[in-house]
Amino acid sequence: MPRKSITTKQKIEYLSILDSSGEVDEALDPKLDADRSLYLYRLILLARRLDERCIALQRQGRIGTYGPCRGQEAAHCAASFVMEAEDWVVHAYREPGSFYHRGWPLETVLMFWGGYEEGCRPPEGVNDTPIAVPIASQALHAMGIAWGMKLRGDHRAVLCYCGDGGTSEGDFHEAMNFAGAYHLPVIFLVQNNHWAISFPRERQTASETIAQKAIAYGFDGLQLDGNDPLSVYVGTKEAVDKAKASGGPSLIEAVTYRMTVHTTADDPTKYRSAEEVEPWEKLDPIIRYQKYLKKRSILDQKLIDEIEADVIAEVAGAVERYEALGTPDPLDAFPNNYAQLPAELVEQREEFKAALEREGWTSGEGRG
Amino acid sequence: MASMNMVTALNMALDDALRTDEAVVVLGQDVGQDEGVFRVTADLLKRYGEKRVIDTPLAEAAIVGGAVGLALYGLKPVAEMQFSGFSYQAFHQIEQHVARFRNRTQSRFSMPMVIRMPYGGGIRALEHHSESREAYFAHTPGLQMVIPSTPRNARALLLESIRHPDPVIFFEPKATYRAFKEEVPEEPETMPLGKAQVVREGSNITLIAYGAMMRPTLEAADDLSESAGVSVEVIDLLTVSPLDTETITNSVAKTGRAVVVHEGPRTCGIGAEVVARIVEKSLLYLEAPVRRVTGFDVQFPYFARERAFLPGADRISQAAREVLAF
Repeated sequence: MPRKSITTKQKIEYLSILDSSGEVDEALDPKLDADRSLYLYRLILLARRLDERCIALQRQGRIGTYGPCRGQEAAHCAASFVMEAEDWVVHAYREPGSFYHRGWPLETVLMFWGGYEEGCRPPEGVNDTPIAVPIASQALHAMGIAWGMKLRGDHRAVLCYCGDGGTSEGDFHEAMNFAGAYHLPVIFLVQNNHWAISFPRERQTASETIAQKAIAYGFDGLQLDGNDPLSVYVGTKEAVDKAKASGGPSLIEAVTYRMTVHTTADDPTKYRSAEEVEPWEKLDPIIRYQKYLKKRSILDQKLIDEIEADVIAEVAGAVERYEALGTPDPLDAFPNNYAQLPAELVEQREEFKAALEREGWTSGEGRG
Repeated sequence: MASMNMVTALNMALDDALRTDEAVVVLGQDVGQDEGVFRVTADLLKRYGEKRVIDTPLAEAAIVGGAVGLALYGLKPVAEMQFSGFSYQAFHQIEQHVARFRNRTQSRFSMPMVIRMPYGGGIRALEHHSESREAYFAHTPGLQMVIPSTPRNARALLLESIRHPDPVIFFEPKATYRAFKEEVPEEPETMPLGKAQVVREGSNITLIAYGAMMRPTLEAADDLSESAGVSVEVIDLLTVSPLDTETITNSVAKTGRAVVVHEGPRTCGIGAEVVARIVEKSLLYLEAPVRRVTGFDVQFPYFARERAFLPGADRISQAAREVLAF
């Protein structure tokens, strides 16, 4: 009868391991060995160089609209780096480094942004979903895959990306609710890059943090420095280990910043100032990680230059393979709609084919 | 053979599927302990346990979006929307993902799933419980839209839908659920999707319908033959997308006259597509304009007005007489 207080779990943690000067919290440092450290460094750098190249290609009309990841490379590369082959990664659209790490040929990223469906076909054996354009709708797929793992008794985990804007979508909350209610092995990693096109994080939700939304759904939330590869790695690893030990879902808010446009069709000067962007330059994940790896004597200038050249060459190779693709056959729009084409579609395909012949379309030359 | 209503027949199909394929899971609101609000999932939780027959929290998008994930992981989900009028909360998942995953991933992933939902008027239910919006789904590439009309074809089509490699939206005519019984064989039986059935042969006029409208359509056919000596052919579409053009146009080529019947709104309804195909393929056989007897293009009335609103045998007979007299 009385009006009284109910105590609910309120506390969430913030994790930061590596600061902007490259100083590390020794107690929290995962101390990845040299090979793994260099792999992660190269992965992050590759995401950066590919991203830069994609923007240039868009400006030259060689791919379509592109959604860059500049500034957010650590947040996705270090997270996907944790996942094993039998785990699943459910993507949003700002994670080019993740696709590469998971085994997608690098040119598939270019193919997607270049308008080829083939850029969304995961290679055989790769347990990933492709780029998801509708915001946060993929969170439910991640939940469903984790549900399948639980029903089958498989000790695996799902990593799901979305952005701060996505946390306003109903699908995000339905996914969090089901994941909590069924205690599923899924990690929702929100890349809080502070901007949903023109709409700032402070106006997106009245919550002080995004991580705390997990509390309402009955599981743990963690906020971490998303520009610090070590924090992202450690936070994700803990969540994945917990999920695989039947400990249920986690929400990770990786605090980062979208250093450039939302997509190449966007003009951020309409809604944010250069002064706001500038402090984030100092928090650049590549610079910080370089400093740290140098201090650990894993990286020196010679190796930095070698990796740089190697990454540039690999990106150039991918661009070359992408550009060598001819105009795809327009008739390929048909066969993948159904396992077996219905009679009506067989007829429509013939109609399309006749029209293409009449109109003089040829495939295999230049790009579409 | 056993005589049963559609609810029991659908239950039998779910039982067949769960028994013969361990990848099949049934999920939805109240499908387990409560056995479904119409009891279509009766006894399934008891027989197959909570890993196969799963009660979910109340969220249509999560049921369908979760089913997408289950299908990606290799399961064959049979998801229930409690009423088709609530499927719109999951419509984005159906349109953006269920229907597209195969094409998006160039057939690396398919979406073998069935989304079952009761549709249609006639049971004195509240708003959002009576409409027929099959056209939304029929308009979406990648989906198949199936609507049975009797216990036997409901069982066969549901089992085939579950076994099919592509997603099926399965509308169950709730007015027909317990309306009559039919002999259904004990052994599992399937029928191909995308095939209409000529349920009565005739030579003067073709009546084309599906789902709950089959009963008034067959009544109208009886009336026309008994009172006017008309030889009526009746087609049950069974699958409204992809549509079985051949069965429709062959029939019209024979009879030269047709009436299409459905509960859903007329404009851009299934009837519009049926008429378009008749005109494209059988125009020169037509002796009269094709007529549509359908729901009107207004919101489905609350139940105090629904009996008057729903197309009945009289309305169908009248349209057929006018077509015959043209």
